[in-house]
Amino acid sequence: MIVSQTENSAIDENRREFLSVAGKAAAATVVAPGVFLHTVGNAAPRSEPVTDAVRYGMLIDTSKCADGCSDCVSACDKENGLDMLIKPEGASDEAWARQKPRWIRSVKLKDNLTGKVTSLPMMCQHCEHPPCVDVCPTGASFRRDDGIVMVDRHTCIGCRYCMMACPYKARSFIHEHVQLKPTAAPRGKGCVESCTLCVHRLDNGGTTTACQDACSSGAIVFGDLRDPDSEVSKAMAKHSTTQLRADLKLNTGVRYRGV
Amino acid sequence: MPNPMQRVIAASEERNMLKFGYSLLFLAAIMLFSTGLMAGEKVQYGEAVEGSAKADKLDACVAPTPFMRRSHFELIKHQRDITVHQGVRDTDNSLAGCVDCHVAKDAHGHFVPVTEEKQFCAGCHEYTGVSMDCFTCHATTPTETGK
Repeated sequence: MIVSQTENSAIDENRREFLSVAGKAAAATVVAPGVFLHTVGNAAPRSEPVTDAVRYGMLIDTSKCADGCSDCVSACDKENGLDMLIKPEGASDEAWARQKPRWIRSVKLKDNLTGKVTSLPMMCQHCEHPPCVDVCPTGASFRRDDGIVMVDRHTCIGCRYCMMACPYKARSFIHEHVQLKPTAAPRGKGCVESCTLCVHRLDNGGTTTACQDACSSGAIVFGDLRDPDSEVSKAMAKHSTTQLRADLKLNTGVRYRGV
Repeated sequence: MPNPMQRVIAASEERNMLKFGYSLLFLAAIMLFSTGLMAGEKVQYGEAVEGSAKADKLDACVAPTPFMRRSHFELIKHQRDITVHQGVRDTDNSLAGCVDCHVAKDAHGHFVPVTEEKQFCAGCHEYTGVSMDCFTCHATTPTETGK
């Protein structure tokens, strides 16, 4: 394995140097496989690329969403390091309140005809046909094979086209240098980010998201939409569900009840 | 100055030589292994590394030290695309792994960011005049949530 990786790095190196290095790499692979530093932990991180045999999605029952509850929002902030962010020097409170990155927004919908008010958590809807991916000029905004829409911040140039294209206002921009960030959620100035369905959990063998775990009323059900036996699929088969802005035909992965 | 075509041909020849090199290399590895000479292979380990990091107590990184010194970034850069786009995290080559293993602790047992002066990453990058961008976004100490 190491030898093949050497192949790329060694093209423009001195050939003799390469042979000596690769020889040692091969030696280490054969002689002492036990010296490698990082072994697989209990949680079994993903070893095979994700496939479209799975599509992650979520069902949110807004009738269980208590008015004023923000448990899912604070759990998300904690899990993904958004609570570590501090107001940039010189920014007004107003500007910070407007621009503070957030992956889940607590939204109230009012039916103007009946006056009925619905509270719901609004985040990236993980569309099958995401407008943010369509407009991205660098390919940084992408949809993983398992349906998670993400930003590859190694290629994001911070143009914010995706923020304009998203009908759900799901994405945030990092305006200033970030001092503190968790290992699981890297974050830096000049990039766009949004809900990843806690991808670091899923890739490390987890099956739940932070918002789901935090919801005491069980309003959030997360799982594989392609698996007919998953909890989320069963719930969707049983109850009528809504895609927000279904008229856009984006086939969202996040669905709602009671909207 | 060679014209572009000459350069392409030269590069192609270089690659052919490399391919030949690989064949020789594998042959040599098999021969050495079968005769038991591999056990005598000595690799110079990081004599500059001493301290409280996990790595300091180990003989070698994920590959022999000379290779890591010269080409560690190739491993990390290759890995980042696989992890971000394909979700593969069962790997020896993650940047989080580098930080986890190479981060040192101060006298109070707190982690010292790897980007601080004289720490594992910054110490070398500063000396060699390399300006890298990993830690604009990535954590410089291991954190509790996630891996």
